[in-house]
Amino acid sequence: MQEVNWVALIIFIALFGLISWLGFAAARWRKGDLELLHEWGLGGRRFGTVVTWFLIGGDVYTAYTFIAVPALAYGQGAIAFFAVPYTIIVYPILFLVFRRLWHVCHRHGYITAGDFVRGRFDNRWLALAVAVTGIVATMPYIALQLVGIQVLIGGLGISGTGLAGDLPLLIAFVVLAAFTYSSGLRAPASIAIVKDILIYITALTAIIVIPIQLGGFAKIFAAVPAAKLILATPPPGSTGAYSGYATLAFGSALALFLYPHSLTGILSASSGRAIRRNAAMLPGYSFMLGLLAMLGLLAIAAGVDKLPEFARGFDQFKGNFAVPALLLHSFPSWFVGIAFAAIGIGALVPAAIMSIAAANLYTRNIHREFFNRNPTNKQESRMAKWVSLIVKAGALVFILEVPTKYAIQLQLLGGIWIIQTLPSVMLGAYTRWFNSWALLAGWAVGTYAGTSMAYANKLANSYPLQAFGHTFPGYIALYTVALNLVVALVLTPIFNAISSDRARDATRAADYTGD
Amino acid sequence: MSTEPRKRRGWSGWYLLFLVQFVVALWPPLYNKVDPTLAGIPFFYWFQLLWVLVSAVLTAAVYFATAD
Repeated sequence: MQEVNWVALIIFIALFGLISWLGFAAARWRKGDLELLHEWGLGGRRFGTVVTWFLIGGDVYTAYTFIAVPALAYGQGAIAFFAVPYTIIVYPILFLVFRRLWHVCHRHGYITAGDFVRGRFDNRWLALAVAVTGIVATMPYIALQLVGIQVLIGGLGISGTGLAGDLPLLIAFVVLAAFTYSSGLRAPASIAIVKDILIYITALTAIIVIPIQLGGFAKIFAAVPAAKLILATPPPGSTGAYSGYATLAFGSALALFLYPHSLTGILSASSGRAIRRNAAMLPGYSFMLGLLAMLGLLAIAAGVDKLPEFARGFDQFKGNFAVPALLLHSFPSWFVGIAFAAIGIGALVPAAIMSIAAANLYTRNIHREFFNRNPTNKQESRMAKWVSLIVKAGALVFILEVPTKYAIQLQLLGGIWIIQTLPSVMLGAYTRWFNSWALLAGWAVGTYAGTSMAYANKLANSYPLQAFGHTFPGYIALYTVALNLVVALVLTPIFNAISSDRARDATRAADYTGD
Repeated sequence: MSTEPRKRRGWSGWYLLFLVQFVVALWPPLYNKVDPTLAGIPFFYWFQLLWVLVSAVLTAAVYFATAD
C-alpha cells in the first residue's frame, strides 16, 4: 500500500504554484492588446529563436509522450524507439515545408491551417474539413495530457473515489483554464521555459544515476528479454517489424506539424529564420526523448512492477505507471517532487496550446465562416477565449467519465485523421495544382478508409497490407494518406475539366519565401 | 502567377543532406542489431541516438549553406 509522499507532494505543489503565477504574469510579457486574436492566440507572432525552441519543444514533447513512450518501451521494447527516427525526420520537414507556411501565413495574417487553405483554395468547405479534423484530433490529445497528470497524482500516493479522487485534477484544470483564458499563448510560452529546464534536469539525472544504481547498462540490457531488445527479424514473405517501425516513424513525422497545436507554435515565431534555426536545434529534445524511452527498459531491469508498493499503481495505470514507479523507486522524495512537477507541468503547456489552437480554428474557420461573417476584433478574441474553456472542459469531462483506453484509442485515430489534411496544407504550400473539391474528396476517402482499417484491426495503428504476394505491415495513417493523395491526383484533372478553380488563389508565389 | 524574377531560392543541392537523414533513419535493417555495444548499450539504441546528433549537424549545415 502506497502512502502519501508528503515531501514530493509539497515540492510538486510549490512548483505548480510558481508556474501558475508565471502563467498569469505572462499576460504582461511582450505586451500586446489581448483583445486581438493574433495577440491572444499567437502571442503577437513575437517569439524569437530561443523562445520558439522552448515553445515548440514544450508543445510537441508532451507529458503524455514522456509517460507513454517509456511505457511502450517497458511493455513492448525496441519498437518504442520509433520515436527517435520519427523525431529525426520531422525537422527537415519543418525546415522545408513549414517555413513556407510561416511566410504565407505571416503575410496574409492567417492564424490556422484552415485560414491558409481558405485563402489558397478559396473553398470554405475544404477549410471546414481541415478545421474540424484539427479540432477532433486535438480533443483526445488534451484528454491524454490530463491522464498524464492523473498518473502522477496517483504516483504521489493520492487516491480516492468520487470527488476527493478527482479534486487534484480539477484544481490543475481550473488553474490551466484560467491562465490560458487571461494570457493566451504567452502563458504556455513562458511556462515552457521553466518546464523544459526541469525536464532536462530530470532526464539527464535519471539516465545517469539509475544505470549506476542498477550496475551499468550491460546489466540492464541483459535483463531485457531478447524479444524486446531489438526488432524481430521479419518472417519470409513479410517486411514485418521493419516496415512497421519505419512507417510508424515516417507517418508520425508527417502528421506532427499538421496538428493545430504544432502549427500554432510555428506561426507564433517572429521570423522564418527562427523556424529554420529551430529545425537544427529542436533535435536536442529528440535526444532526450530517446534517453527517456530507455527509462522504460530501466524499469524492466529494476523490476518495479514486482514491488508491492507499486502494485496498485500498475493495476490502475498499467504500463503508464512504469516511469513514475521507477522514479519513486530510485530517487529521494525531494527529487521525485521535481521530476513529477516537470512532467506534470509538461502536461499543462501542450494542453494550453492545444486548447488555444482548437479555439483559433473554431473562431476563424467555423464561427466566422458560417455564423458571423463580420465579427469585431473584440468579438473574435472573446469567442476564442470561451471556446478554449469549452474545449478543455470537454476533455476533463471525457477523462473523468470515460475509461482511459478510449482516450488513447481516439488519440490514435486522431493521428490517422490529421494526416489526411496533408495534401491541402503541406502540398498546398508548394502547389495550387490540385482542385479543391478533389482534395476534399481525397480527404473524405482517406478519413473513411483510415477509420475502417483501424476498426477492422481492433484499433491497432498498424495494418498488414497485402500486395504482390507479400505482406507489408505498416502505419495506417501513411497508407491512407497515400490513398487520399491518389484520389486527389486522379480527380483533379476530371474536376478541372468540368470547372477549374485554379485561378482562385489569394496568395502569390512570392508570399511563400523571404528572409 | 509564375513569373518569378529571382527563382534561385526554390531548391538547393544542399537539401540532399536531408535525404541522407531520411534514408538512414527509415531503414531499420541497417541498425537493428545488438553488436557492437557501446558501454553496454546495444547498437540499435546508441546508433539511433548518435544519428539524432548527426542529423542535427547536417540540418545546421543546410541552414548555414542556404542562408542568404
